Parts: sequence; structure tokens; C-alpha cells
Amino acid sequence: MSLAFDDYGRPYIILRDQGQKKRMKGLEAYKSNILAAKAIANTLQSSLGPKGMDKMLVSPDGDVSVTNDGATIVEKMEIQHPTAKLLVELSQSQDAEIGDGTTGVVVLAGKLLEQALTLLDKGIHPLKISDGFDRACDVAIKHLEQIAEEIDIQANDHEALIQAACTALGSKVVSKRKRELGKIAVTAVLDVADLTRKDVNLDLIKIQTKTGGSVEDTRLISGILIDKDMSHPQMQKEVTDAKICLLTCPFEPPKPKTKHNINISNAEDYNKLYQQEQQYFIDMVKLVKNSGANIALCQWGFDDEANHLLLQNDLPAVRWVSGTDVELIAMATGARIIPRFQEITPEKLGKAGSIKEVQFGTSNERMLVIENCQCTKAVTILIRGGSQMIVDEAKRSIHDAICVIRNLIKDNRIVYGGGSAELACALQVLQYADEVSSVEQYAVRSFADALEGIPSCLADNCGLNPITSVAQAKSRQLSEKNPRIGIDCMDLGTTDMKEQRIYETLSSKKQQIQLATQVVKMILKIDDVIAPDDY
Amino acid sequence: MDIVGNVLPQVLKDEATEDKGEMARLQSFVGAIAVADLVKTTLGPKGMDKILKPTGPGQEMTHITVTNDGATILKSMYVENPAAKILIEISKTQDEEVGDGTTTVAVLAGELLREGEKLIQKRIHPQHVIAGWRIARDVALKRLRDISTENDINSQEFHDDLVKIARTTLSSKLITSDRDYFADLCVKAVLRLKGSSNLDYIQIIKLPGGTIRDSYLDDGFILKKQITIGCKRRIENAKILVANTAMDYDKIKIYGTKVKVNSMDKVAEIEAAEKEKMKHKVDKILKYQPTVFVNRQLIYNYPEQLLADSGITVIEHADFEGMERVAAATGAEILSTFDAPERSQQVLGHCDLIEEIMIGEEKMIKFTGCKKNEACTIVLRGASTHILDEVDRSIHDALCVLITTVKNKRVVWGGGNSEMQMAAACEEEAKKVQGKQAFAIEAFGRALRQIPTIICDNGGYDSAELIQNFKVELQKGNYTCGLNMTDGTIGNMSELGVKECLRVKEQALMAASEAAELIMRVDDIVKCAPRKRERA
Repeated sequence: MSLAFDDYGRPYIILRDQGQKKRMKGLEAYKSNILAAKAIANTLQSSLGPKGMDKMLVSPDGDVSVTNDGATIVEKMEIQHPTAKLLVELSQSQDAEIGDGTTGVVVLAGKLLEQALTLLDKGIHPLKISDGFDRACDVAIKHLEQIAEEIDIQANDHEALIQAACTALGSKVVSKRKRELGKIAVTAVLDVADLTRKDVNLDLIKIQTKTGGSVEDTRLISGILIDKDMSHPQMQKEVTDAKICLLTCPFEPPKPKTKHNINISNAEDYNKLYQQEQQYFIDMVKLVKNSGANIALCQWGFDDEANHLLLQNDLPAVRWVSGTDVELIAMATGARIIPRFQEITPEKLGKAGSIKEVQFGTSNERMLVIENCQCTKAVTILIRGGSQMIVDEAKRSIHDAICVIRNLIKDNRIVYGGGSAELACALQVLQYADEVSSVEQYAVRSFADALEGIPSCLADNCGLNPITSVAQAKSRQLSEKNPRIGIDCMDLGTTDMKEQRIYETLSSKKQQIQLATQVVKMILKIDDVIAPDDY
Repeated sequence: MDIVGNVLPQVLKDEATEDKGEMARLQSFVGAIAVADLVKTTLGPKGMDKILKPTGPGQEMTHITVTNDGATILKSMYVENPAAKILIEISKTQDEEVGDGTTTVAVLAGELLREGEKLIQKRIHPQHVIAGWRIARDVALKRLRDISTENDINSQEFHDDLVKIARTTLSSKLITSDRDYFADLCVKAVLRLKGSSNLDYIQIIKLPGGTIRDSYLDDGFILKKQITIGCKRRIENAKILVANTAMDYDKIKIYGTKVKVNSMDKVAEIEAAEKEKMKHKVDKILKYQPTVFVNRQLIYNYPEQLLADSGITVIEHADFEGMERVAAATGAEILSTFDAPERSQQVLGHCDLIEEIMIGEEKMIKFTGCKKNEACTIVLRGASTHILDEVDRSIHDALCVLITTVKNKRVVWGGGNSEMQMAAACEEEAKKVQGKQAFAIEAFGRALRQIPTIICDNGGYDSAELIQNFKVELQKGNYTCGLNMTDGTIGNMSELGVKECLRVKEQALMAASEAAELIMRVDDIVKCAPRKRERA
């Protein structure tokens, strides 16, 4: 901590409790920040690509999760270092915006920082570096748009979408079933997609997990699955041509929100109230029944008596349906959510082909399946797997695949994977570097080197020699003018990614490069870190 | 410090640790194999049991469990190693999904990892090992399905199969000497469910005393409750009303009600009204003309007396599951309102005889000759609660397997036959595959073969010799051979009647390979700093 002294040799107090604060300045701060961020990138590096490895994360409570998803890894690592936390946010914003490529973005940022470190050692000012990166980034993005291809997502039974989903799933533990799962994800997204508006509301795809069975048993339900059973054990377990009454009021005597007291002062009052209460239940059930509904789904609980009356009136009912499920059912079946019994009318009922109770395993767990809904605008993916960890990881993987498909529906331009797009951009940036006359030239060139880091990292993870394979791919890209040459990760005998059909969305790639550059620029601008000492 | 000599800033929290590459892999192998080795000795008909002793003050000697059941053992262990936790997790899932094979699944996963470790030492990349395992798994699964057989659900053969499966499952348990008896008992119980898979309808009552042999399946239904004093102890041709309603005092449910009176007279009046209301309810119940009234909730003396006066036998405070079972057995509807006496025919349950019986020293109520014979009761007797608990777990395993078999119908030969056949399939496949994966496929076969090997070892036989002879027999085309664990020879499984359910084997194979793959893929373990807890 540097101190300023006044004329009498007493130190000025500039920061409160400054003796107890840690402070790093200048080059020391740059380097420390970069090293911390690189440490995160190094951890993620081995997860990149189809042959990437997984990470095992033990939570503070001892729960274990195994994952390959960049955003999940950095989130669960519980990172403490302030600059490293920036990378966590980077990965998460890629996850929120695109949903896929969360590992790639962190690795790219790591590579950029690595380059920045050597540039700093050369004595180039950090702002010059970040300016150079910025310009290089623009060039790379422009080139990406040039090499991007539009694909027809509907051709050949949505083959392109399935391939893109497979690319996203290829790096995960579920990769042996990537084709099946890819198809499930594509069907799910297309079921709920609004193709005219080119938009997909992902809320309509519900992902439900259940341990047991195997990943193969994962299936798509063209309807909704809710983790509930009928309120009375003797109600019908299956309703066909269901007319659904969706309630958000309990089958109980009303509870007005204002505080009140009803005083019973004599026996008549007592009897009257009793009558009234009985009448409530009868009225409630009658109102539901009269509307023509043959099943009632309720967000709240039932009184025993009301429950039995429902059974007596052949009205199967489900209680404690969660709020999100209620909304989903409303969207899928066209039902209106009814907050009061008095407002039940036949028009407000939702329709579904069938509702039935299904049972899993030996431990007597039951779920309700609502199928063939009137407005089929909601689907459920039921994920099965040998253990909780596999199921959780499969859920994350399918989420990634769904995001990729959604992005393709929004914007059908793709670039090819396998590091080919990065390599093509690197070549372009390198060419541009020579045109820059100022100090930034070095930064631009380093940017190209950083981009090359991605294919080299891919090659490394696949057990190939990174230097040879990247060099080969680079020379072929130049000599054949083919930006689709990448790394042959799966050992298929071709390096043309079009033949391997490794698709990635343009939006994801663009976002990756932009986000990574931004974060690196931000880290490079920090020249002073002040933190409490014990932090 | 990194290579260049820079001091690396601390990125993770203080007590967090990160292991990378070989260290991480070593850690998971060691943990997973340790867990597998722990349960290994319980495998097979000659497997040994474990004593589980709880920790914590005052409990040391009280709640001891003696068991042979893999899931129970693993569930009660506290492990720190994350890979070991994964193994425990799959064992639990196996228990929930099929109920048996919980030891097998953990041992198989452990053996796979043991083989995997050797491959890694040979410098084969984990991803290649996984690729090989995936091929091997599919081949093994295909072979397993090919060798399975299916019988019609109503045929005598199917029934025999069920008995054989139950015998096989029970043979590794404490009650192995009485397995014929219990196998028969379990099959009868499961067949009564008529294809439904709701295990709740089979009630297991454990009563210390007598010997294991005194256990029996009651064709009626037993409720662990007593008939209220002053009622008939034996009712023939009973009409049963099953209710879930308040019979203590029927309070008004309208929100915010309060009794507020200004004189003693009024209190008496309201009391009378309350009494009247209860009487009214009882009257309504009486209109259904039941002879027996079963309620889930408490019944106060007044309504109890009213009911008893009308000659109705009252059973109060039945637990909810018990009620559901009574309802299922007698075909009654569970009532909470009593305004439709005209439906009495539909809602009342029926059974030929209800009587209070004594089992050991406890009084219970037995319902015989029920209308819908779905529910039934298994009464277990035994010398101590520990034995009873273990018998209960064994019976539970057997019931689960039987239910799974009834659903799935396909069976395979036991005695290590299916594992050996799968191993053979893997070895054949390994010869055809090009590349490094072939090593992994072979390794998968070896891991599968470990299961019968361990069974032999646990029986004290010469496993090397037996397994080789076994291989030869299979090679000769004798597809029904298997381990005869009583003589320590290779026997004919169809003569010995050792069968197992396909679904259990399938699930064990898939879950174990999935778990092994999951652990194999890990190259980095990050342990977060443990959450600080305030000591209470």
C-alpha cells in the first residue's frame, strides 16, 4: 500500500481503514487479473469439443454433480477471485442469450488474455491492446457473416436442425444417443415454434426428470406431465375427452382477506352456520359439475368432505398443482384460469384428448399425463437415466440442444464447426493486421493467434497433435479457399466440416467472439484492485 | 506458482480444492472401487451380511441393522468421495426402479472402473475406453435380450418361472433355508394383485416371536387395529363403511368463527346443538346400514356409543394406507360425506367374516372373504426385530422382482449364465472391431465375468477353475449351464430351476455402464469449501 505523507511526515488517510485493505496497482494488477481469469479458462479448456472431458463438482453440502456444460461448471465452482468472477458472468450471459457455446466463450477469453500478457510484457499499453482487439473483433465478425451459409431448416424432414442439435449434444455424456435426443429436441421445438414470427417460447417446453431406466427411455410427450396424482385414491385414473376446469381457489369455505370474527351466540346460529358450510361444498362441486367439466385441476387443497363429494359426483380432481403447471396447462388446453367458483362457465374449460395417471418403478410414484391438448402448444420431455447426476446432465444437454434449434429458427444462418470458422476468421484478421500502421497491429495479430487457439485446443482434446493439425488445416484453407476446413475430431477421415455436417449457429459464434472480446477489454482496463484484506 | 514463476492468485475459496487430470481420475477410481469392494462380499447365495451401526450419541447399540441388501448398506454409509457417491446413487435408483440387483449394479460399475484403470495405464485415452464400452454395452444388451424367453402370463410355465425367480432372489438372503416356502408365498401375493403394480396393497406385518417358518400369507386382510370396546368381536357377512371424517367434534370450517355467549344457558344450548349435529351425522351414517364402520380419524366416545348401540362394530384411527387397503380389499368407497344413502350398495364394502384375532400377543382385525381380493397381508414372524427387518427387506426385494417380471414377462437363466453369455458376446465383438476400442470391449467382457467369479469366491470355491469350465460348457453349446452353488460345480440351470428377471439384469447393465462412463469422463474434480455450520 503506497502512502502519501504530509509536511510533518504523517500519513494521509485516503481510504477508510486503508491499513486493512489489499491493494494492487499497475502491471501487478494486470497480471494478477489475467492469471486468475486464465486459471478458469484452463479448467474449462479440457471440456471443449466432442471428446472433451467432464468435471466433477462437489457442492458445499457434499452433493456431487458431473457436467460438461461450461456455464454450470463455472457457476458451481464458487469462484472467489473478483476478476475470475467476470468470466463466470461471461459464461452465464452466453448461456442466457444463446444457451450454447458456454465453454467456448470462456476458452476464447482465456486465449485472448494469454496473448494480452505477452503484449504487456512487450510494453504495449493495455488500452492499445484493447483497441487492437476491438478492431480485430470487428473484422472477424464481418468475415463470419461472409462465410455463413443460409440453410433450409425445413428441407429433408428438418435434417439440418437435427444435425445442429447433434453437434450441440455431441460433447455431452448423452452423446451415444445424440441422434434420438436431437430428434426429440427438434420435434419439441417445432411443436411449440411460431414459424411466422420466427420465435419460440421456451417456457412451453417442459423438461421433467425421473431417475430410473436409461437415457434411451427418454421420450417426448405431446402434452404435459405433472408430478401429481388424483386427490382421492379411488377416482378414475384415466379421463378421455377431458374437459378441464382449472381453478386457483381451494375447495374449502372461503377465507375473506379482511379480518373478521363470526360470533356464535346461540344454538340457531350454530346450526345455520353448519348448514351454510355444508352448502358451500355442495355448491362448489355443483358449479364445477354443471359447467360440463369432467376433471378439475386446482392450485390449492381440498377439504376432506369436498374431496369425497367430488368422488361421489364422478369428478376426478387434482390438488396442489404448481403455479407454473397451471399456466402451462392453460396455454396447452385453452382453459381459462378460474379464480372463483361463481365464474365457471363452459367456455372457460380447457380440452384435452386424455388425462391419465402413470406409475414408475416399484416405489409407487405416480404422475399425470395430459395428452392431445386442444392447442398442443406445450410439450414435455421426460428424461430418464441411471442416476440423478446423469439425468441432471441430460437435462442441461437437452436444454443446450433446444436453444440451438431455437436460434436456428430465429436466424437460419450457420457456420461450420470443428474450429473451421475460428480458423477462417484468424486468417482474415491476420491479413488485416498488416494494414494497420500503428501499435495496434501487434494486438490484431495476437487476436488471430488467440482465435487459432480454439482449433488447437479441440485437436488437443481429441488426442491429435495440435500444432500439426492446425497448420495443415490452415494451409488447406488458404490453398483451397475453403473456409470449412477444420479439425477432424471424430476421426471420420475428412476435415471438411460440411461433409461431417457439424453445424453451429452464426448467432452463437458471433456472440462468443463479441462477448469474449468485451470481457477481455474490461479486464485490461483494470489497473487498481482494492479489496478488504481478508477477502 | 506457475511454470514461469508468477505467483498464481487464489481463485477458489479458502478450503476449496481442485484436482486435475491423473489425480482426479485416480481419486474417482479409488473411491468407486472401494465402495464396490465393500459390498462385493454380499453377492450371491453364499454372500455374507453386514452389520450397520449408527453413529451419534446414545444410539450406538440400539438401532443396529444386519443386512445383505446392497441398497440398504450403501444408503446408510456416509462417504466423502464423489465417485463413490455416484455408485451409491445408482444403487438407490436400481432399488427404486426394480427393487433387486442393487449389489450387482454397484459391483459391476466398480469392476468396469477397475478394468478402465488398467486401460488408462496402458495410455488409452478415456474417450476411447468409453467408445469401446458403448459398443460392448449394446452387444451385451442385445445378447441378453436374445437369450431371454417369454411365457404366456396365464400359463403354468409362467407361474413356475415366477416361483423360480423368487427362489433365486431369496437364495442370497437370510431366509435361504426356507426359500421354497417364501417363494411360494410371494408369488401368491403378487398374483393376487392381478397385474397391478401397486405394492401398497401387499401389507407386511412384522411380529417378533415364533420362528421364521411361522410366517404366512393371509388370504384375508389384516388391519393392525383393535375393535372398540363394547362392539361385537366377530361379524359375519359384514357390510363395511370406510370413512375419512371427523368424529371427535365436527367443528365448523368457516373461517373466523368463534363461540361467544353471554350466559350459561346458551353454552348448554350450543353444546346440545353440537351433540345434535353429531347425532345427525351418525344418523346419516346409519342410513347406509353398515355393520362395520372404519374411520381414519379419531372417534369420540359419544358417536362411538351411538354407533355401538345400533349394533355397529367401530374401528377408529386406522392409518391412511391401512384404509386404502381396506377399501381396495373390500371394494368400499372412502366416504367423507354421508348424504346419499341410496348409493349404499355401491359405496359399502363387503366381506364374509371380520374377526379379532391374536397373533403372538397382539390383537388384530382380520377381514376374510373380501369382495375384491386384491389386497393381502404377509405376516412375518421371527426371533428378533433384526431378523424380521432383514426378512422384510428380502421379501420386499422378491415382491419387487416378481412385479417387474409380471409386467415385463421375460426371464433369463440365473447362476451367472446371463453374465457369462454377455461376456462371450463382448469377446466375439472385440475380435471384429478395429482400433483401440477393442481393448475396452474386451475389458467390458472381463468386468461382466467378474460377477460370477465373485459369486464363486464368496462361496469359497475355486473360481478360476469353475469359470473356465463354465466358459467351456457355453462354448460347447450348453446354453442353460450355470453355477451350482450348493455343490460348487457347473450345473444345469433348467434342472436346478434358477431363473432371473430380464428387466433387473437389463437395468443393472445399463445403470452400471452409464455410471462407469460418467466417472470415466471426469478429468477435474472441484470441491467447494464446505458450508460452515453452527454447532447446536
